[in-house]
Amino acid sequence: MEVKENTISILVNNRPDVLARIAGTFSGRGFNIESISANITRNPEITRIVITTLGNRETVIKLEKQLTKIIDVLEVKDLTRANAACREMVLVRMKLTDANQVKIMQTVDTLKWKIVKMDVDTCILEVTGGKKDIDDALAFLDKMGMDDFTRTGVVAVERQK
Amino acid sequence: MKLTGAQVLFEALQKENADTIFGFPGGAVLDIFDELYRRKIRNILVRHEQGAIHAADGYARVSGKVGVCLVTSGPGATNTVTGIANAFMDSIPVVVLTGQVATSLIGGDAFQEVDITGITRPCTKHNFLVRRIDDLGRIVREAFHIARSGRPGPVLIDIPKDITKSLIEDNDISWTLSLPNNNKKASIEDACAKALDMIRQAERPLVISGGGVLLGRAWDELRTFVKLLNVPITSTLMGLGAFPASDPHWLGMPGMHGTYYANMAISNCDLLIALGVRFDDRVTSKLDAFAPHAKVLHVDIDPASIDKFVKTHLSIASDCKPVLQLLNKWISDKSFARPEKQTKAWLEQVQKWKEFAPLTYCQSDKIKPQYVVETLYRLTEGKAIISTEVGQNQMWAAQYYHFDYPNSFITSGGLGTMGYGFPAAIGAQVARPDKVVVDIAGDGSIQMNIQELATAVNYDLPVKIVILNNGFLGMVRQWQELFYGKRYSHSNIDNVPDFVKLAEAYGAVGLRATRSEEVEATLRKGLDTPKTVVMDFHVEPEEGVYPMVSPGAALTDMVLSK
Ligand SMILES: Cc1ncc(C[n+]2csc(CCOP(=O)(O)OP(=O)(O)O)c2C)c(N)n1
Ligand SMILES: [Mg+2]
Repeated sequence: MEVKENTISILVNNRPDVLARIAGTFSGRGFNIESISANITRNPEITRIVITTLGNRETVIKLEKQLTKIIDVLEVKDLTRANAACREMVLVRMKLTDANQVKIMQTVDTLKWKIVKMDVDTCILEVTGGKKDIDDALAFLDKMGMDDFTRTGVVAVERQK
Repeated sequence: MKLTGAQVLFEALQKENADTIFGFPGGAVLDIFDELYRRKIRNILVRHEQGAIHAADGYARVSGKVGVCLVTSGPGATNTVTGIANAFMDSIPVVVLTGQVATSLIGGDAFQEVDITGITRPCTKHNFLVRRIDDLGRIVREAFHIARSGRPGPVLIDIPKDITKSLIEDNDISWTLSLPNNNKKASIEDACAKALDMIRQAERPLVISGGGVLLGRAWDELRTFVKLLNVPITSTLMGLGAFPASDPHWLGMPGMHGTYYANMAISNCDLLIALGVRFDDRVTSKLDAFAPHAKVLHVDIDPASIDKFVKTHLSIASDCKPVLQLLNKWISDKSFARPEKQTKAWLEQVQKWKEFAPLTYCQSDKIKPQYVVETLYRLTEGKAIISTEVGQNQMWAAQYYHFDYPNSFITSGGLGTMGYGFPAAIGAQVARPDKVVVDIAGDGSIQMNIQELATAVNYDLPVKIVILNNGFLGMVRQWQELFYGKRYSHSNIDNVPDFVKLAEAYGAVGLRATRSEEVEATLRKGLDTPKTVVMDFHVEPEEGVYPMVSPGAALTDMVLSK
């Protein structure tokens, strides 16, 4: 069966050890967490965790069943096939030189990226988008003198409940 | 009125009707033990914390109640880990109370500090670290609820020392559970109707029942179901006793050391009705050769057990009891009938397999371990509670003590823990003082928790230990014989120690038999002695457990004898 990236949304009670339980379920069942993002929901006692992981459909279903068994897990949803909006964000620190500056600023403009901080010889850019957008942006910026970056996990929300 | 944390703990235990605990003290739990000193609740003081957790587990298995175990922080807590994993694998409801260093010291590598909630996270159903005294009462109640509800399992509560000492106004204690309600119970009616159709259409149906039937207390329903349908049934190691072994419908245990006829029935049935089983690899062996002609109907309370390895055609994620009740109701309705001819042909085929290769062994002058178990069965009229250690002894007990009664066989099925049987027998005897409780042991395993002889003697528990002493880590030896060219690497343990003297040193009674004709008299004497008795049977050293399906082979690929 085909191995692909799966996006799983998990609603949990906001307790100190709940992330450890979830991480343990992934590793204990042989899965790797490719990306993760977590924060509170409208109800601050409940946290939404969105995790992406590689696996085929069948094994991911098994994983979801195991996650559902965790006492503090309230809901597990596979967003891979749901009609969900998925975004990531990356902050990129660029070295600015006479050679790259114009090109970078033009791209920021056309692609509607943001400049978060600007110094004489460095700047920090913010890019949000789908996974592919971010991959492309990073590939481009790497060639343009990227110094470092930090990339978030996927955040995702379904179009409809 | 103000209560200490220790007092709140005992109030909570009382609310859960826990009247017995298995414990061992230490610094972090001194306040709890001090409170225990004033309480009516019974503590069985063990000699090693592994003994406490296994005893609580054995207690739970025969009583149907939640077993409770109480130990100190650090080494006390880590000593329970094997037993927690054991209870987890076999879905046994136990609550483990561990002491912890004071809240202010947590995280600082304090004396006897260990992150026990971290260590046990993957082998508990849930665990708690109590951070505030306000939460203690609620947490204890939640722990019991989690341990016994759904698929049961062990729950650990880690209680920092300062919390056991601090005070709370009794009106401020919250006893109300605040658990997410994950038990969205779907109706089983539609699925049961489909199940009935599958049963109606099947020509060669077979029931396979497991530990879930015992945990769900559905043995009466199971018996009715099999009788109404007139179908053969096999039960896994964990399910022994749910259906009477003496009933002609029963085929014995399936799997690696299962009977020829159970494995043949699985391999030839066209409908496998799986009730409360999780298809362990010791049962299925080679997966793609398991029940190759069958549609699988799987009933299990844990959705994660369904389609884990064996693909089902119809699954019902439910307790077995309501499903069987509904099916029985519909089946007993006159309009349901399976074609008589088919039923007869299938049962005749199964009977032929039974006659072709019954469970047997060769008698000799040397004591045969199977003979010891068989004689024990005869002398106790099958009414004893039997626990086992792990290895050949466990398989011979399962094969030759024919279990007719539920909750009379307690064994470490999932984890295969040597050293489980004796402390578990202690727990069983505490739960059922009226019963004969026998640990069928190996000479290797019994040494792993032999210190509990002191506990048994101390509390006048007349537990019997039947050691099938082959001078070997026998199951290891058997694998080395079959798969490693008879190179007996480190599996010889040569009849040391002298178990009779050892028993006597602990104040128990020690008996020995070395020849076949002594077996019955020795067992009689041991059973008639109302004390803790160790019976040391020097058995044929190189006897093997048969039939055997080689690991990874198809179930039909059985070696029937040496
Ligand atoms: C704690 C633990 N360690 C190791 C094993 C591996 N093991 C399985 S059976 C066995 C031999 C047990 O020897 P004994 O108790 O004498 O039983 P026998 O097979 O001889 O009846 C061993 C070492 C185990 N199951 N549990
Ligand atoms: Mg042995």
